[in-house]
Amino acid sequence: MKLTAPQTPGRRVEAVVLGASAGGIEALFTLLNGLPALWSLPVVIVLHVPENHESHLAEIFSDRLHLPVHEAADKMPLASGHVYFAPPGYHLSIERDRRFSLSCEPPVHFSRPSIDVLMASAADAYGPALAGMLLTGANEDGAEGLRRIQQAGGITAVQDPNEAQISVMPQAAIALHSPDHVLPLRELRALLLQLESTHAH
Amino acid sequence: MEAIYLKYSYDFRNYTVASQKRRVLHALAQLGLPSISALQEKVLRDPALFGRLLQYLTIPVSEMFRDPAYFLALRQHVVPILHTYPSVKVWVAGCSTGEEVFSLAILLREEGLLSRTQIYATDINPASLEKARQGIFPIEAVRGYTANYQRAGGRSSFSDYYTAAYEAARFDPSLCADVIFADHSLATDSVFAETQLVSCRNVLIYFNRELQDRALGLFHESLCHRGFLGLGSKESIDFSSYSQRFDAHSKPERIYRKAT
Ligand SMILES: C[S@@+](CC[C@H](N)C(=O)[O-])C[C@H]1O[C@@H](n2cnc3c(N)ncnc32)[C@H](O)[C@@H]1O
Repeated sequence: MKLTAPQTPGRRVEAVVLGASAGGIEALFTLLNGLPALWSLPVVIVLHVPENHESHLAEIFSDRLHLPVHEAADKMPLASGHVYFAPPGYHLSIERDRRFSLSCEPPVHFSRPSIDVLMASAADAYGPALAGMLLTGANEDGAEGLRRIQQAGGITAVQDPNEAQISVMPQAAIALHSPDHVLPLRELRALLLQLESTHAH
Repeated sequence: MEAIYLKYSYDFRNYTVASQKRRVLHALAQLGLPSISALQEKVLRDPALFGRLLQYLTIPVSEMFRDPAYFLALRQHVVPILHTYPSVKVWVAGCSTGEEVFSLAILLREEGLLSRTQIYATDINPASLEKARQGIFPIEAVRGYTANYQRAGGRSSFSDYYTAAYEAARFDPSLCADVIFADHSLATDSVFAETQLVSCRNVLIYFNRELQDRALGLFHESLCHRGFLGLGSKESIDFSSYSQRFDAHSKPERIYRKAT
């Protein structure tokens, strides 16, 4: 486990994918609240929510963040500085042309949307230019996805399980691969800002 | 995919890459094959194996009255207009195992339209079409559909439509007496009838934009003047070249109308 940034020179992150489950809304608020309005990376989030319910995540976060927030739609292009939530009841993927696609394949780890599905597809689409972060949650979704990001050369970060409201999800990721960072939310936030500054240059 | 197209005329070349990759990897694991090239070699020599692969490639998942708001909107905002036609044709494209077809048939019967409606239910997966024809669904799932049915404005008791035996529910065959189930691919086939309503849900998401445009072109061509197009709850025509050629009729429920 490394706790410092393994910045390879010239590495530029072009997108961030986030996964969270139980306790995730609060964690995401802490992580994203007050990101600068000129923030330039697309941020794509899978937060586990019950199927068959309209999700109001995009509205809730749009009220709290200074960034444009959307529910990701099929074939919608990812735009820099925008925040996207996966819609309930569908898996969300990122295609190589950097547009979203949806799918109603069966749930993965009892979840649809699944964090693994988003992260694995994003790893294929962005390769080393991707950062993935996994936060609090009570299941094992996301561990495999983060590993795929790392294999593709991207940066992986996990919320410190001691701080996470529910530690199962971060712990599963740590058990499966060695994340580049294991940090409390405040420092994950600092990492996000740092990723963005390398991106902007 | 190129090889499958040449040998079996199933065209998966313009499907979205991310979910296709997952399905091929899943198929490899299930069929116990080590690599994509091994799969390719076997599939090209063995049509029965291709049939099995098709089950993985096509995602045959469906539900009755999935997204009740869609069916409620059809009932409230589309059926009254369909009533103005002497006869009605409905095309359910990508009908999978038939849940959507039975849902529509029940709705149309309750609205007094079924007897003068011709439904065409099409899909590329012959095994799914066969299941759809039988109209037998697992009883556990059917119990869950009851709440959907009620939220979709159901006028009766859902259990009136099926007889339960052991683990299965057999739907009233008269519901589908006039349904034509047929093999039809949105990727390779052309339009076969003029319709008043096309329902194509959770199918276009598997297509890239080029293939989405092809499918939307078929729907546009098939629909009569001011005909209706219903899509899945998270699908839209916004990112296709047909965005100007349909008007939103019930926007949140993804029901569009052919523009004039
Ligand atoms: C997820 S199911 C949707 C079932 C149903 N419409 C629903 O929403 O519940 C997708 C279906 O699309 C069918 N399909 C895939 N490619 C197709 C094509 N080129 N032409 C017609 N159907 C296709 C598959 O066989 C599968 O049954």
